[in-house]
Amino acid sequence: MPKISQGFKFFAHPADAKFQAYGGNLEEAFQNAAYALASLMWDRDRVRPKMGYPVAVEARDLKQLLVSFLEEVLYLLDSRGFLLHSVDELTIRREGDRFLLRSRFYGDHFAEGLETFGDVKAITYHDMLIKTDGQAMVQVVVDV
Amino acid sequence: MELKKIGPYTYEIAQHGDMKVPAIIYSSQNLLEGVRKDLTLKQARNVACLPGIQRTAYVMPDAHQGYGFPIGGVAAFDLEDGIISPGGVGYDINCGVRLLRTEYSAEDVKPKLRQLLAAICREVPAGVGKAGVIRLSKRILQDVCAKGAEWAVENGYGTKSDLERTEEYGRMSSADPAVLSPRAIERGIPQLGTLGAGNHFLEIQKVDEIYDPETARVFGLQAKGQIMVMIHCGSRGLGHQVASDYIRAMENKAGTGGLPDRELVNAPIRSALGQEYYKAMSAAVNFAFANRQMIAHWVREVFAKVLGSAEGMDQVYDVCHNVAKFERHVIHGQERKVCIHRKGATRSFGPGRAEIPEVYRDKGQPVIIPGSMGTASYILLGTEAAEQLSFGSTAHGAGRVMSRHEARRRFRGEQIKQDLAGKGIELQATSWRGVSEEASQAYKDVDEVVRVSHEVGIGRLVARVVPVGVMKG
Repeated sequence: MPKISQGFKFFAHPADAKFQAYGGNLEEAFQNAAYALASLMWDRDRVRPKMGYPVAVEARDLKQLLVSFLEEVLYLLDSRGFLLHSVDELTIRREGDRFLLRSRFYGDHFAEGLETFGDVKAITYHDMLIKTDGQAMVQVVVDV
Repeated sequence: MELKKIGPYTYEIAQHGDMKVPAIIYSSQNLLEGVRKDLTLKQARNVACLPGIQRTAYVMPDAHQGYGFPIGGVAAFDLEDGIISPGGVGYDINCGVRLLRTEYSAEDVKPKLRQLLAAICREVPAGVGKAGVIRLSKRILQDVCAKGAEWAVENGYGTKSDLERTEEYGRMSSADPAVLSPRAIERGIPQLGTLGAGNHFLEIQKVDEIYDPETARVFGLQAKGQIMVMIHCGSRGLGHQVASDYIRAMENKAGTGGLPDRELVNAPIRSALGQEYYKAMSAAVNFAFANRQMIAHWVREVFAKVLGSAEGMDQVYDVCHNVAKFERHVIHGQERKVCIHRKGATRSFGPGRAEIPEVYRDKGQPVIIPGSMGTASYILLGTEAAEQLSFGSTAHGAGRVMSRHEARRRFRGEQIKQDLAGKGIELQATSWRGVSEEASQAYKDVDEVVRVSHEVGIGRLVARVVPVGVMKG
């Protein structure tokens, strides 16, 4: 079981992968959720932050924002072969009834020799929790 | 949840509360224990509450908890006042299985098994982040999504007879690639002709047991020891993106209030959005058909190269596991067209149905049920009874019972490879960790699943196949 100091931990969930990610604020918890997601597919320590991709998503509520944000990791993987190393400059703000997230992903393209493991098909709303009072926490189940 | 046993392998959740129809679960004592531990029954109950649902919400023997709809769930909706739901199809649209027969025996293949498997691994791209060998333009990808396996055959991958032996003849004509989002297309372009990872696999198998020799012969299975090839994969990132796109679009249109579970989000079948999802889903279905068609072609090429011939490597059948489609069924004595959702379930049509190819029409369709990595898989026969019992559906596989995390904690990939080698099974994989996560112990007992299917009569046993060589993505 990874240590909580990593910013996330996994739970036994029969059919899927379920994790919680933590942070001093929502931005940090989202960032750690992206790291938890990446940890299912590759070892971030073995990826170099060689290039950056801007990320901008918007949503009608925080849960949709989290789903859309994490889907960016899967989208960049499938379309560009991009493996996430780090999430930087993450901001979340509310504008009227929309939630906006801006960030930058750093990482590298997939290359032979770098081990990738299991597939993640999608981010789901199943059992999703977002806590913003005190320490921020997000809970996510992904479809594997 | 109160379950009433109404047959040796049949349990019912009586209609109550907001349920519009009852729910029926096909299961055994053993399998039911697992089902009771998770949310399967609650999810089946939720499905039974959806607008326009017909007759009964069904749960197949391999069921486990899904998102919104249970995995192993079958539901039919009225075309006038019913709904269509991406959650009722699943994220991996047309995840499915294709089975090829061969003229080879296990003895023929044994001396060259390692070489054969290694060559397949070289020819068929697999694993997370691994792109296909073909670079497509957006226009060609749209063509693939419009034509499905037909596109592949037109471009030299396989034969027309493969199309005949594919569900929907390898193409859903309802597909409209123009509705696919740019992201779905971008995710699809590098992934055509790739196996993927996770639970997807390609196996060289041998026939291990024949229960129904006459049907087996019609399906092209002659004798114990005959070599078969099974390909299990789906629509890759393109299909996942379609599901995510329309869950979002339907949420934005209808809001998320009023649903017991956000993943049950849906649109009326008659609505513009419902129709658009159906067209996009059909495009993803076609992508998956083309994908398996290409992989099958490469497998034949490898057999020809390594063993000298691919003669007689005909397709037995190709079935979808995650799909929605319009079918005619008898409901309360009246034949009607309805929108069937099969999520983690296989169509199991009996004799006479126009949807199944002529070669099988007197018998019923082949139903292919893959086991987990290194365990047996089964070939079943669709039945007429299934039409009344489950809208012509049965189970789709083993179904996970343990998280990937837990599997990794308990098993080691290298050990699994050794154990399989001890049983005479060769394994090649892109990742040891991936192997440990897919340990067969992390899955339900597929033997029990097909036994229940057979006993209930929704898919009858024809043959069992066991792996001799496993390629895991």
